[in-house]
Amino acid sequence: MNFKFTDEEQDILDMLHDFCVKAVAPMAAEIDDQERFPEETWHQLAEMGMMGMAYPEEVGGAGISYLAYIAAVEEISKHCAATGTMFSAHSSLCTWPIFAFGTEEQKKKYLPDLCSGEKLGAFALTEPGAGTDSAMQRTVAEDKGDCWLLNGSKIFITNAGYASVYVVFAMTDKSLGTKGISAFLVEKDTPGFRIGSHEKKMGIRGSATCELIFEDCKLPKENLLGELGKGFKIAMMTLDGGRIGIAAQAVGIAQGCIDQTIPYLNQRIQFGKRISQFQNTQFEMANMQTHVDAARLLTYRAAQAKQDGDRYSHLAAMAKLFAADTASDVTRRCLQLVGGYGYTREYPFERMMRDAKITEIYEGTSEVQRMVVSGWMGVK
Amino acid sequence: MNILVCVKQVPDTNEIKIDPDTNTLIRDGVPSIVNPFDGYALEAAARIKDNAPDTKIVVLSMGPQQAETALCECLAIAADKAYLVTDRAFGGSDTLATSYILSKAIEKVEELENEKFDAVFCGKQAIDGDTAQVGPELAEHLGYPQVTCALEVKSEADGLHVYREAEDGKEVIGVKTPCLITFTKPSFDPRFPTIKRKIAARKAKIAQLTAAELTSIDPAHAGLKGSPTKVKRTYVPPRKEAGVVVKEETVEASAHKLFDLLSKAHVI
Repeated sequence: MNFKFTDEEQDILDMLHDFCVKAVAPMAAEIDDQERFPEETWHQLAEMGMMGMAYPEEVGGAGISYLAYIAAVEEISKHCAATGTMFSAHSSLCTWPIFAFGTEEQKKKYLPDLCSGEKLGAFALTEPGAGTDSAMQRTVAEDKGDCWLLNGSKIFITNAGYASVYVVFAMTDKSLGTKGISAFLVEKDTPGFRIGSHEKKMGIRGSATCELIFEDCKLPKENLLGELGKGFKIAMMTLDGGRIGIAAQAVGIAQGCIDQTIPYLNQRIQFGKRISQFQNTQFEMANMQTHVDAARLLTYRAAQAKQDGDRYSHLAAMAKLFAADTASDVTRRCLQLVGGYGYTREYPFERMMRDAKITEIYEGTSEVQRMVVSGWMGVK
Repeated sequence: MNILVCVKQVPDTNEIKIDPDTNTLIRDGVPSIVNPFDGYALEAAARIKDNAPDTKIVVLSMGPQQAETALCECLAIAADKAYLVTDRAFGGSDTLATSYILSKAIEKVEELENEKFDAVFCGKQAIDGDTAQVGPELAEHLGYPQVTCALEVKSEADGLHVYREAEDGKEVIGVKTPCLITFTKPSFDPRFPTIKRKIAARKAKIAQLTAAELTSIDPAHAGLKGSPTKVKRTYVPPRKEAGVVVKEETVEASAHKLFDLLSKAHVI
């Protein structure tokens, strides 16, 4: 398996690296501290053509490979995980289901603005009573003949408030269980739709995470996304892809943390030696980098499979499971090596450790990934 | 409006390595960038183009073949076309020879493009040589009015309005075209390249101008031979060693200690 990027892709990733060093990294601590959504970064990434990079030029994208997009999520997350969340949720969770399941009219209406980054997208599946058990949807979409009437609420929705387009899941026929769930496209200013409370989180604090509230929200009939009753399938397929993005985010956080740790270890003197001269430090760092590389390979393998049109659900699950675990472990170990300074907010380590935790939880917990993998293995 | 932006490729490092034999920069293995001040000049041109999309931006550089990458970067950011002046005969040019060659190259580009430039934009200086001479000298060679150290430029009905920082406030200077303006660091950050422009820039052909094309250049005024100034020596100054801190228990003790140290060093 060869994960070498084309010269063109490498050029674009170098350009993104340069941007991240100059514009993303310097803001990471501030947006975390102030719980501020990185709105300016969204607009800058949009101007650069990054917000729809992996989609074909016909729909307004840049026509870059999916693998390179995954490497872009990793690069951004190295510098600021919250910005990585905004970027990944927009592209993987909102643009993708419209691209994959939308009608020609829906694609024409939504994809150019989403791919250019003029508009931001969001994905709304989770409810207070439907987290990992996402089949327990209580949001209802009632067929009123000339429109859909949406009632209910969603929680923990990434990009909420800043997004203009929301892919929302709701029950259209409770008696059919998961086959009674359908997907809808809801625009920001639709009457009856409002943004609820903003969550205060442990990590990725710059990412906007809010409640969505639907009260007799009237949707035009043509806002049904995909076939009636296929919403659960759409959600699961979307999350399969989203998980590769989260795996890449986890790899980015872990690598970013290692990259910040090395200069500290090389200059910190204790017991008359640089702490990088102690074998414990050397072995710890070597183990961590090996784990991060293994996580990266799993992530790229899943991305390559998705790009090639192969089955990738189990590959995405393995990548996310291992990468998320690695991110939490590596950030904790790096902080331990840095010691007291690492525990302070003067340094980025504590932020990275807090940011890493979410990758074990959202877009399917690590436990869900284990269910997907064991199911694929035939373990019943 | 037609704007020509002069750019220089410079090494991206604080540890500049010098070839002791030729006293010139060792460029191998050192990452290169577009001189940041030239980047501000390009951004100023791009901002004019934002408001007047029919503005044409041409970038011009003089240097070795590898300066093409700097020109490609300018194409990826905002430039429409790029020219590289490159010839061994131009190597070793000082600022006067460089500005002379550039002035002739600009005439040639105007001939090739079949259009006159309304303005020539330059960075106020390059971060490697720090002379700040090429821009002003180029204006003299061209016979253009010049405004130096601009922050921003706006295109108005009566010519260009140049915003400058002065000691006691900001200045706005009106200048008729054609003119030359040099730029310093503005309060805003220059834009980043876009994916589409980057891909197009990779495929773009950079037009080359050699001595063979630039026939109007008098060889006696170009290259090492045509340079009235010569670099005698270039060197990296030795790093200052950390000082000695004298902090005894009392002021008197500190004074005695300091006196001892200084007399041992034969300073007093």
